[in-house]
Amino acid sequence: MSVLTSKEPAEIQALSPQTVRADFPALDRIFADQQRLVYLDNAATTQKPRAVLEATRRYYEESAGNVHRAVHRLAAEATELYEAARQRIAKFIGAPSTRSMVFTHGATEGFNLVAYGWARKFLKAGDEILVTEMEHHSNFVPWQRAAQERGAVVRIAPILEDGTLDRVAFARLLTPRVKLVAVTHASNVLGTVNPVAELIAAAHAIGALALVDAAQSAPHLPLDVRALDADFLAFSGHKMLGPTGIGVLYARETLLEAMDPFLTGGEMISKVFDDHATWADIPQKFEAGTPHIAGAIGLGAAVDYLERLGRERVRQHEQQLTAYALERLGDLPGLRIFGRAPERVGVISFALDGVHPHDVAQFCDQTGVAIRAGHLCAQPLMHRLDVPALSRASLYLYNATDDVDRLVEALQAAQRFFHAT
Amino acid sequence: MQLDDLYQEVILDHYRHPRHFAALRDDETLVDEENPLCGDHIRMAAKLAGERLTDLRVQCTGCAICTASASMMAEAVSDQPVSAVRSKIETFLAILRGEQPPQADDLGDLVALRGVAEFPMRVKCATMPWHALSAVLQRLSVAK
Repeated sequence: MSVLTSKEPAEIQALSPQTVRADFPALDRIFADQQRLVYLDNAATTQKPRAVLEATRRYYEESAGNVHRAVHRLAAEATELYEAARQRIAKFIGAPSTRSMVFTHGATEGFNLVAYGWARKFLKAGDEILVTEMEHHSNFVPWQRAAQERGAVVRIAPILEDGTLDRVAFARLLTPRVKLVAVTHASNVLGTVNPVAELIAAAHAIGALALVDAAQSAPHLPLDVRALDADFLAFSGHKMLGPTGIGVLYARETLLEAMDPFLTGGEMISKVFDDHATWADIPQKFEAGTPHIAGAIGLGAAVDYLERLGRERVRQHEQQLTAYALERLGDLPGLRIFGRAPERVGVISFALDGVHPHDVAQFCDQTGVAIRAGHLCAQPLMHRLDVPALSRASLYLYNATDDVDRLVEALQAAQRFFHAT
Repeated sequence: MQLDDLYQEVILDHYRHPRHFAALRDDETLVDEENPLCGDHIRMAAKLAGERLTDLRVQCTGCAICTASASMMAEAVSDQPVSAVRSKIETFLAILRGEQPPQADDLGDLVALRGVAEFPMRVKCATMPWHALSAVLQRLSVAK
């Protein structure tokens, strides 16, 4: 494990991406055409360090029992590993207890769980849910659906030109009709980091609950649900070095207790009779069926890995690299960057004059540079920005300036190709 | 597979100077389709003169492959009998599925898009205008 000593609050030792890269087998990938992988699609999903691969492999090789059921040794080991992972992830986000930590298949399931278990139970006709214009479809469509069913209304707080939230409009829309504020911590398109603690405080002041989409922040920023005072917060494991198919919904215990179950079946019940059933205690009440045990264990290992690197150190490295990328990309004539928030993560969306994002991504791929192109699961935001699609490069702890340089070279090649007549 | 196979000169030419493209009014638009994955957007208008497809006009916001495919398609099927248009659609879609239909030679410049079949993520870019054209024929035959 290439981990330097952490916990020097005054002076943080800089992260060495070269050393970190050695922990990620995928980053050694050289394709058949001899191009080396430059992975810049981290907002979509991240590569996995050996520690995560090893933890999941070990579960399948040694401890593959089911959780919370049988008395045999493998079942006991699996349960212990699964619950230990829950505990470590709870600590990672500052959750007061493991009872407030529901394993889901990802952030999307977390939002849907709240939309079904809380919104459909407690919302009334005329109630409002306030979201922002920069939400991912996953923190938008579940509210739309729940609101339609309950006769409630989804309000959308607009953004300003620089890609930050319009706080004046947000305050105006935050009326006593609002019962839930659902807002992203960090935008998957603009990179904007929202002042969620302040937004949550504003929501609480009018008696509304607040939900945080932490899919793009949990991987990059120190996160503390108690400091934020969040009522609900969800994220995905695969965007933070963990396996796909695992995520977490954090919610206040009192809310989880009051909510209806989302999925029903085994594991989540207490007693089942011919005509009715009672529910298990939280969080099991929300974990019907056999969970993604290996995924939870892998996410626990990912969290350990991030803690060992030091989240302040990861943040510092990414901020420096983001500044470098913004400068290099900003120097390219004909390139427009969308999102200029001062507080941001390393998600950079852009348009290249005269070259469609799909063609941009194809050119990048030709030299092994993986970026994303499309509407980025944020069609309302695309409409607001008045673009059909965008290209997006997103950075993570294993990226370095040479990755950004390779991206810039690919973009220049695309420009030369499409602008030659 | 090299990018030059994907972005051949004739494709780039159609991308830069698309044929039969126009801004369409809503009341004349027969088909309006969007690829929800990439945001490519295509609208088409056309008329029937007897058994011939005439006045085909396309409004398209898309990548080079989608735009060029739409432009080359419009050129290839304009003022053609509907039966010939249908056969061209079938032939083109077969080629993009990686098949070798016997009528491939009838497609002229469109064979330049054959290379797209080697890029599975881009096949939809090339075929979207053709699926839209198929829908245009359907609308026209119903209206007849």
